[in-house]
Amino acid sequence: MAEATANGLGQDALHAAHEAPATRITYTEVHQEHPIKLYLVVWAWLFILSTCSYLVDYFGLHGYLRWSLILIFMILKAGLIVAVFMHMAWERLALAYAIILPPILVLVFVTMMVFEADYTLFTRMAFFGAGP
Amino acid sequence: MAQTLTHIGQTEPRPAGWRGIAADWSSDQRAFKNVSWGKAMMWIFLLSDTFIFGCFLLSYMTARISTRVPWPNPSEVFALRIGGSDIPLILIAIMTFVLISSSGTMAMAVNFGYRRDRRKTAILMLLTAALGATFVGMQAFEWTKLITEGVRPWGNPWGAAQFGSCFFMITGFHGTHVTIGVIFLIIVARKVWRGDYDVGRRGFFTSRTGRYENVEIMGLYWHFVDLVWVFIFAFFYLW
Repeated sequence: MAEATANGLGQDALHAAHEAPATRITYTEVHQEHPIKLYLVVWAWLFILSTCSYLVDYFGLHGYLRWSLILIFMILKAGLIVAVFMHMAWERLALAYAIILPPILVLVFVTMMVFEADYTLFTRMAFFGAGP
Repeated sequence: MAQTLTHIGQTEPRPAGWRGIAADWSSDQRAFKNVSWGKAMMWIFLLSDTFIFGCFLLSYMTARISTRVPWPNPSEVFALRIGGSDIPLILIAIMTFVLISSSGTMAMAVNFGYRRDRRKTAILMLLTAALGATFVGMQAFEWTKLITEGVRPWGNPWGAAQFGSCFFMITGFHGTHVTIGVIFLIIVARKVWRGDYDVGRRGFFTSRTGRYENVEIMGLYWHFVDLVWVFIFAFFYLW
């Protein structure tokens, strides 16, 4: 019931004692209800973006064009899923930042491992020579 | 939309933007004001799962950069011979569309759940589960094909040995997530069908009263599985 009361059970009980059920409109919890059309539009976009990223491979694009297109389509798809399907666009920023910021910080780890892997490759080349 | 309870029956709008973040986190109550504990916990679980998949993709990146041996071309490895010609990556593309479709049906199931349309919610959830099972089936087919072609965690006929271990680890873990999701989808769909969330029947395990929000929480997990696939598709299959 009154999920978002200030301190949970105690207040809820107090609440029930003092007020008639009809006036207990203290839902602060938000139910995510949006028109079906919105989901269908996002669904269609996800299909289009997936097709585009598949076509990148089908036409055999190479190099930076390939990588940037893959990343752009990936980020757009991920954004649509998180924002609309998972309703993050309508949540308060306190939740959105708590959930979305930490994974972005993984990019620091990625950077470290790029350097580390380059170093490993360098030592392998130095000791074993170029690949077979 | 966002309100908090101050006194009995009184609500007060909460600030938005950065001020709202500071106010919510420093309010000495609960940081996620209009989100139930169940939804908040699912989000935090998904965050931790993000790190798990993040580490898998990271180690895959590290292995792929640091090997001297050329990486097998996924476009050719995952090609399928249909009608006499090799179509690159076609099975993976179909799997992607199947999973995206299941995400769409799940989103609509959540919507119908809040409208208290038991029938449509349950049918859409079962459809989602069926699409998820199809995905796992296609993945099993893909694994079988690769194993018969000689891909092992320690080697493969085309190039860098790490290809097999990365492939089995990443897609295997994702497939496990899909399988668990299918099982829970069926469980929740049964509860919806039976009307558990209309009467607030208690769960057999947690003995908490069920609400239609459970469908949305289930949906969060399912969309996450789709989300992870977006990243796997981009980094493992297309890169």
